[in-house]
Amino acid sequence: MNTSALILMISTWTIVTCFAVYFFIKILTAKKLDEPDSYLDNDDQTGNG
Amino acid sequence: MGKNFKTADLKGEHWGSRVGLVLAMAGNAVGFGNFLRFPVQAMQNGGGAFIIPYLVCLVLLGFPLLMIEWTVGRYGGKFGHHSTPFILHSMSKKAVWKYVGVFGLFSNLAIAAYYCYIESWTMSYILHSIFGTFDHLSRLQVSSFFDGYVDISHSTTGIPYEAIVFYILCLALNAWILSRGLAGGVEKASKIGVPLLIVFGIFLAIKAITLKAGNENANYDGLVGLSFLWTPQYDSLTNPKVWLAAAGQIFFTLSVGMGSIQCYASYLRERDDIAVNAMSAGFMNEFVEIVLGSSIIIPISVGYLGIDKVIDLVSLGGLGLAFRTMPFLFEQWGTILSVIAGVAFFGLLFFAGITSSLAMGTPIMGFLKDEFKFNNKKASFTFALVTLALGLPVVLFFQQGVFDEFDYWAGTVALVVFAMFESILFSWFFGADKGWSEFMKGADMKLPNIFRYILKYITPVLLIIVFITSMIRPANDDWTSLSFKGWELHPESILGQITYKGIIYNKQNVADVFYSENSGIVDSIYSLRGKDYVRITPEGKTAELGKNYIYKEHQKVLVQLGDVVNAGQPIFEGRVINRILYIKFARFILLTLFIGLGVMVHLAYRNRKKYHKI
Repeated sequence: MNTSALILMISTWTIVTCFAVYFFIKILTAKKLDEPDSYLDNDDQTGNG
Repeated sequence: MGKNFKTADLKGEHWGSRVGLVLAMAGNAVGFGNFLRFPVQAMQNGGGAFIIPYLVCLVLLGFPLLMIEWTVGRYGGKFGHHSTPFILHSMSKKAVWKYVGVFGLFSNLAIAAYYCYIESWTMSYILHSIFGTFDHLSRLQVSSFFDGYVDISHSTTGIPYEAIVFYILCLALNAWILSRGLAGGVEKASKIGVPLLIVFGIFLAIKAITLKAGNENANYDGLVGLSFLWTPQYDSLTNPKVWLAAAGQIFFTLSVGMGSIQCYASYLRERDDIAVNAMSAGFMNEFVEIVLGSSIIIPISVGYLGIDKVIDLVSLGGLGLAFRTMPFLFEQWGTILSVIAGVAFFGLLFFAGITSSLAMGTPIMGFLKDEFKFNNKKASFTFALVTLALGLPVVLFFQQGVFDEFDYWAGTVALVVFAMFESILFSWFFGADKGWSEFMKGADMKLPNIFRYILKYITPVLLIIVFITSMIRPANDDWTSLSFKGWELHPESILGQITYKGIIYNKQNVADVFYSENSGIVDSIYSLRGKDYVRITPEGKTAELGKNYIYKEHQKVLVQLGDVVNAGQPIFEGRVINRILYIKFARFILLTLFIGLGVMVHLAYRNRKKYHKI
């Protein structure tokens, strides 16, 4: 593989993968809001909203 | 307790979880284009240098449009609207906006009609890969298998009308999932489909990149293809065609300008984040497109066929490469691995397809449920039935160009038009500052403030430029030819399409003589599957790049084997229905659909006014 192609490919892949992982981790680790929120998964919690 | 909050406060559908919503949004965005269109566009528009206009368009058009659509959707959802006509109406009371919103219904239905057809091919090809249909077939035979498949009367599995059977099965599967609702259907399908397609994609990408010349009948390393795809041709950056292609790819890949993102977001509450959700779904799509999409079909096909051959093949489009060539290449990997690769490749296309087609059904269901009080089952069944009615002309007249017409008007032009109007409404009527505040409500992180100004000034202006340039694009992309005295239009420009610039010969609907549409040598006059063909292949090219013309029994062939034929030369005589008639027929269907939906929106509006619901 030629150097310019390799540099362009690796740098683009790295940027895109890092952002994708970063934002998905933010989703996974985000604190769930008190009810009522938009999602059914924590509906058994008692909320103050 | 919690369920009571929902029923009291926000009736109807809900997302099950935040991860599920992001995967559904990512699934909506990830489609066939990620694997089949992106690498072809990159190859044809500057190689690695294509990524520069692509990323610029992502920042200036793609992400701002994602922000707009998530915000618009959540805002409209506050008023109980789940489809774009009334979502847009909630942002501006001017009557015209709800009719602009008709695009958000029109595109979904028209695109679903042909998209589900491709999806049904992937279902069939998974089965054919498992049953070993492609074993020991030559490349031409695999290519011919595809022609046979889309030739409706021909059966490849013994099932009569196989293409229609798989199409109906595919629509039934979509309707069944949609009928189970947002959390129980769409979200569950996305939670299975998106991770699986990523796993399949990683497997195929590793196989492609590690392909070695001499192993598994490969002629070149897979890295040769990857290198070819990523080698930058920086001089291409001065060509407006490359920038237009990049902007077009951003539309396709993010599924913006369709109305499905707004619909998904309309089920969110104001206090829930959309900023991080939008970025996460957007980047997940980019990962699949840029990392996986560039690492599968081009490296594998270059590994076996070489760069020159692949350049020829991609000129016929990514779909051809996937369905005509890939099954043959997988066969080179041995009995077991070819089955695994076939299932992985067509499986990833299937999951990419179905997670997108479900997103096309949801706004239609939202409209029917909100305005006509349909339940989930009735709405999903109606969606499937209307899609089938629209799709049958696509299936029956696929080879006559109905598919391409649907793709051009609904899958290309309508997206740009709707995105342009939507960004104008958001930025200049609703107000970009107010819109930005809406977007940031409940946000889990602060996004750079520069996007506020991009949304306000750059995105709408760029979209207007993209629309105008698509409308007046000159022939051969020679922008210096533009003058007040007029210029030759590109056949793919909007005005060029309206005036049938691409049709040079056979312009009559019905004629007594048929003229060749390409130049070359008559290298075959043959019968296959009960049809008779004349094949004219450009000199120096292989048969698969030739054009096959079907002639009927009552027609007389005017050329002989070995004749050199020029475009425009008569090749058979006798009554013939030309392609242009089918194109007009397709346009009539699309126009009727748009007007019909406009009437439905008008009736729904009158109904809402009558009961003071608006």
